[in-house]
Amino acid sequence: METDKRKGVVLFSEYNRGEGIKKAIAQSREDILFEIRESKLKGRGGAGFPTATKWMMVAAANSEEKYIICNADEGEPGTFKDRVLLLEYPQLVFDGMVIAGYVIGAKKGIIYLRGEYEYMKKSLEDYLETMEKDNLLGKDILGKKGLNFEIEIRMGSGAYVCGEETALIESLEGNRGEARNRPPFPVTTGYLGKPTTVNNVETLASIPHIVDKGGVWFKKHGTDKSTGSKLFSVSGDCEKPGVYELPWGSKISELLDLVGAKNTKAVQVGGASGNCIPKSQFQRTLAYEDAATGGSIMIFNESRNMLHVLKNFMEFFVEESCGQCTPCRIGNVKLLEGVKMIEKKEFTFAYINQLKDLGRTMQVASKCGLGQSSPNSFISILENFKEEIFNGNGGHNGK
Amino acid sequence: MLVLEKNAITEEIELLVDKYGKDRSSLLPILQDIQRKHKYIPDFAQQEVARLLDIHPVEVFSVVSFYSFLNTLPKGRNIVRLCQTITCDMAGKTAVAKALERELGIKFGETTKDNKFTLEFVNCLGMCDQGPAVLINERVYPKVTPEKAVQILSEVK
Repeated sequence: METDKRKGVVLFSEYNRGEGIKKAIAQSREDILFEIRESKLKGRGGAGFPTATKWMMVAAANSEEKYIICNADEGEPGTFKDRVLLLEYPQLVFDGMVIAGYVIGAKKGIIYLRGEYEYMKKSLEDYLETMEKDNLLGKDILGKKGLNFEIEIRMGSGAYVCGEETALIESLEGNRGEARNRPPFPVTTGYLGKPTTVNNVETLASIPHIVDKGGVWFKKHGTDKSTGSKLFSVSGDCEKPGVYELPWGSKISELLDLVGAKNTKAVQVGGASGNCIPKSQFQRTLAYEDAATGGSIMIFNESRNMLHVLKNFMEFFVEESCGQCTPCRIGNVKLLEGVKMIEKKEFTFAYINQLKDLGRTMQVASKCGLGQSSPNSFISILENFKEEIFNGNGGHNGK
Repeated sequence: MLVLEKNAITEEIELLVDKYGKDRSSLLPILQDIQRKHKYIPDFAQQEVARLLDIHPVEVFSVVSFYSFLNTLPKGRNIVRLCQTITCDMAGKTAVAKALERELGIKFGETTKDNKFTLEFVNCLGMCDQGPAVLINERVYPKVTPEKAVQILSEVK
């Protein structure tokens, strides 16, 4: 399954299956946690919580049962890096889960795969079977007494909100995928009420490399606050869309050159819930401290109508809001109405400004990440492209 | 629903409960299996799942109605889902949508009279680098053109 055409400094660098597990079980749990803390690895789903801190909390929790959940519910528009990792680099993801199990003391790992990726299930199950045969999974892993770990694949059913960790846990427990109040956080009260760590596919895939080559090696790449590298899912108007690994701190313009994007007007960084960055800001860097992203990069060239883009995003959020909290359920509908008003040129600026305020209210008042981030594109597109949308041809230039 | 059909469904669900266990956390895998086989989850099946898992039927209904891949009403044998998210949209989603509608003689959200196809839009399939993407049942088709869309339909049984 491995391909040699992908090149990268960290994730796509050389790694032999099981290597990380072998090195991990020769060390104490504290040493591995120390190494991960040294690497300053942060969550790759987009929120950027330090992985070592999360794992330490679960490792320290006093419970017989603990769980490690791999969040493979990548539903953010424009994201497909998990698809590539799971299909081409399953050894990284699953070795990472086994190491996590050893470090935090969990006996069971669950991978929550989005329903749209059901076609991968068979190949992943086959892969897990070979791991079991080679004693990388199951009982007394690699001869280490008492180290038992199993991985179960569970499917989602087409709900974007289940990518939020507490909604994901609700879904696993057989409920509607509605986010929980936090605290308590999953690290203390997670799946079935037990301490649970929920990690992104890419975060887990980084772990075997860190254990294998060390935290200092990992830290060499990227910036001070954003260490290591990131997989970017690039789509839209460019010659070579696909998944690219670049060190954190790369400039947006560098990425655009790499993928052969021409006449670029705007780049949506972070998917529908991210920010839309205009040409004047292409010198900004991709990093947690600047333009943060879970990996989605969508490129729009001069021919695109940004109001149409925004409408597409808002329709997405109206459909995917779980409806549990009012700011998100009603707010997104109001923002979409606003976009339609602009489209028909039946709006007042006073009302549009009110909608922007509503968006800012949603950012603080919504219960989970969905409603907190859905107004991002509304606010950033209307701010950054007001010339085109309100003056110009009223958003009617281009396709 | 005929008594015979009811018995068959009960038997099927009993097997699923044996397979996944009686815990509440088995609910979604059980419903997903029923959905895969019947393309929807009949009222009677929801009641039986509730009875066998010892939860209220409304709990089951609330879960079925939440997830977009679980349905309470019958659908065609093949569910054709076209990605409507922006990058597939820019790659030519509308032309593919029109070709599908024309070929099947139905609109999105409808099912053909022979019960063979249901057309639906879906949000990002994670194929943004190879759009427009179509998902038919569990299989994904990248870079679909209007012409290719029609050809794919003819290959599906």
